[in-house]
Amino acid sequence: MIKLEKRPQPSRALALATPLIAVFITMIAGGLLFWALGKNPFEAIRTIFWDPLFHEQFASYSRPQLLVKAGPLILIAIGLSLGFRAGIWNIGAEGQYIMGAICGAGVGLAFYPSESFLIFPMMVVAGALGGWAWAMIPALLKVKFGTNEILVSLMLVYVAEQLLASMSLGLLRNPEGHGFPGSRNLKDYAAAHNGELIAGTGMHWGIVAAFIAVIFAYVLLNRHILGFNIRLTGEAPRAARFAGVNPTRLILFCLGTAGALAGLAGLFEVSGPAGQISIDFNVGYGFTAIIVAFLGRLHPVGILLAGLLMALTYIGGELAQLMLSLPSAAIQVFQGMLLFFLLALDLLTNYRIRIAVKGAA
Amino acid sequence: MTGTLLSIRGLTKAYPGVVANDNVSFDIQEGEVHALLGENGAGKSTLVKMIYGLVKPDSGEMTWRGGAFAPPEPKAARASGVAMVFQHFSLFDALNVAENVALGMENPPSMRDLARRIRRVSEAYGLPLDPNRTVGDLSAGERQRVEIIRCLLQDPKLLIMDEPTSVLTPQEVEILFQTLNKLKSEGTSILYISHKLEEIRTLCDHATILRLGKNVGECVPADTSARDMAELMVGDTLQTPTRTTEKTGDVMLDVSGLSLEPSNPFGTTLKNIHFTVHAGEILGLGGVAGNGQDELLAALSGESTTWPDAVKVKGEDVGHLGPNARRARGILAAPEERLGHAAAPDMSLVENALLTGAMRKGLTQNGFVNWSGSTAFADDIIKAFDVRTPGSDRAARSLSGGNLQKFVIGREVLQDPEVLVVNQPTWGVDAAAAAAIRQALLDLAAKGAAIVVISQDLDELMEISDRFGALNEGRMSDIRPAAGLTIDEIGLMMGGAHGMEVAHIDEGAGA
Repeated sequence: MIKLEKRPQPSRALALATPLIAVFITMIAGGLLFWALGKNPFEAIRTIFWDPLFHEQFASYSRPQLLVKAGPLILIAIGLSLGFRAGIWNIGAEGQYIMGAICGAGVGLAFYPSESFLIFPMMVVAGALGGWAWAMIPALLKVKFGTNEILVSLMLVYVAEQLLASMSLGLLRNPEGHGFPGSRNLKDYAAAHNGELIAGTGMHWGIVAAFIAVIFAYVLLNRHILGFNIRLTGEAPRAARFAGVNPTRLILFCLGTAGALAGLAGLFEVSGPAGQISIDFNVGYGFTAIIVAFLGRLHPVGILLAGLLMALTYIGGELAQLMLSLPSAAIQVFQGMLLFFLLALDLLTNYRIRIAVKGAA
Repeated sequence: MTGTLLSIRGLTKAYPGVVANDNVSFDIQEGEVHALLGENGAGKSTLVKMIYGLVKPDSGEMTWRGGAFAPPEPKAARASGVAMVFQHFSLFDALNVAENVALGMENPPSMRDLARRIRRVSEAYGLPLDPNRTVGDLSAGERQRVEIIRCLLQDPKLLIMDEPTSVLTPQEVEILFQTLNKLKSEGTSILYISHKLEEIRTLCDHATILRLGKNVGECVPADTSARDMAELMVGDTLQTPTRTTEKTGDVMLDVSGLSLEPSNPFGTTLKNIHFTVHAGEILGLGGVAGNGQDELLAALSGESTTWPDAVKVKGEDVGHLGPNARRARGILAAPEERLGHAAAPDMSLVENALLTGAMRKGLTQNGFVNWSGSTAFADDIIKAFDVRTPGSDRAARSLSGGNLQKFVIGREVLQDPEVLVVNQPTWGVDAAAAAAIRQALLDLAAKGAAIVVISQDLDELMEISDRFGALNEGRMSDIRPAAGLTIDEIGLMMGGAHGMEVAHIDEGAGA
């Protein structure tokens, strides 16, 4: 019989090293997978991890993509991590992301073709509010009626997707778009466009916001009593009650912040890289951010690194599909391995395995 | 039947950093009540776990009626005839008695058969119990009966009882002892673990005394004074806490008409509780566990709120306020459950100092935490209360129970409370630490604080309280001066035998 035994004082060095070890083991196991598929494992691993950044031909295109993809992941994951730390499970960031995009783009398009410099800031506020309001639905239902926020927030993703379809076919459809679904392209609307801040880097306002969120979350969790209360609630809910934490306020704060950040991510995406509201605008950032949050072990700096790593495997994965004609399923298995090994190593850091010999009864 | 049932020779068990049992030897005779006496941490639990097959000894051997005995797991120990009643019951509140008993059996018979057997055994041993009652509705004494009957159904040769009386009123203890005596008269041996000396003197034929994992003495309890046994157990002369003041001042805490529905379905409803505590006074509240102690602490700490004037501190209504608002007004609390309630297990002692100290110690500024201030506060607690730990950066979980309890009590005492409410301040704490905690409470009272001590340890309450009351099914008894109360009077205040039928052990002995 195999038993898990909690380690009294888990090694700190090991806890910090596990993500790196997990990446390393993933490379080995992934290499074996690619080898079994008849590809050169070293070339495949190099294509995924190295070429997106340093290949002389593709890097100029894929390097900016790193920030473009990592930005929304980090921004959303930071918001989610606050709730996850407190044991509040917002699974519906994807929906909040969509609502942020719709509200933000809606405000911008409402003023078309005004060129006021106030338009973009107003869109930012509207995007945050849209995501916040969408997250307030599960929050208020939980606080008032004790509903499960996991179910409600998840279901609201599908509601948001329907709303997105309706918006791109109806209210926000481009009047000059010859009947095609989708809104006006904000790239052609300077006052509302979230363009690259430094040409060729992929850096846009969303990335700036993500970095600010990382710093904000770090200070909150380590220096502020509210962050302490969040951690306390996650680790010992009864002790938190005793310490005077108001659970209602904490739920509203955590879900609200997560929603607002997801909404911001949606707004920056729609006004920048995506450019327009369309039926297939969302590509799953809200769900992937859950993985990013845990990969970064709910720590702001960890999330920053995990977001970049995740973005890298996406871009590298696409590149490997293109160049080595690896099936996309193999790339997904590879990404799954990364999470699997991280969680497995995590468990072994906190627990030790005891193999108990089953004695004769 | 005479002869040796179980013989233990040189049992040793070491855990990293501590030797739990060091070369322990003793014998249990057939039909004997054998006491295993020692402080918390003396190694009693480890020893019985080895007998019960839960822990394997590092060295040493046991013989059972002359044959080698080394149970690899509890199932094997049970098959040999060892049964154990644990200190903490493992029962499911929502199931009935028979279902709970069936859950512990290898091959449970049909429910009808089982109910019949439970009835028969329970009547034979004077432990009346209805197999169809829901466990959540039973008193602590009745729950213990479920555990005992679960053991008796196995027809044990050796019954191990771990601190069985800690949840019983004196009257209920009386009933239990009659049952144990009947078992003994039928030839069952009993290994009785306790640190309560008087009951060992009444019940047990022989005692083995453990200290720091070693067998430090054996005696016949009836011929040995409680004081002598205590000194063997502690290894030192006992220090009795001293009190310096007798006079009391103004009313600091005034609870009137406090009623409260519990937050979980098997909690206790507080019913119309009235009492006052004066400056410089210690009010001791006894009662069997589960009679409203946790709920009363929550109502006083602010975790549960009621209407404003149900709780008054220095005349000000606080019943509607949360924990931090109450702390600001001078009323602090220390709950019973150290890990998870009074302290967060995986957080450092610094963070745990902040947990309740943020308000009164001014450890936050505009919401930002003053970590150096929190560290200083944690270090103060560690120093003033002699908390044994390598440093304040250690996780609360890594401290022993007694050390963490000193930290928890110290954290509240060092905030200079005007009213302090503590629940089970010395539960699971060794005698020296317990004495230090009691002395700290007495000193705090001497400085003019009003203190409410909720405890199940009657000796402790008699030692430090000025007045005594008891909680019984969410109601408060009359509150009377502690001096001069007899054990019978206290037992009646605690609810007597809780409606449990008195054992009638002379009839139906043919089980």
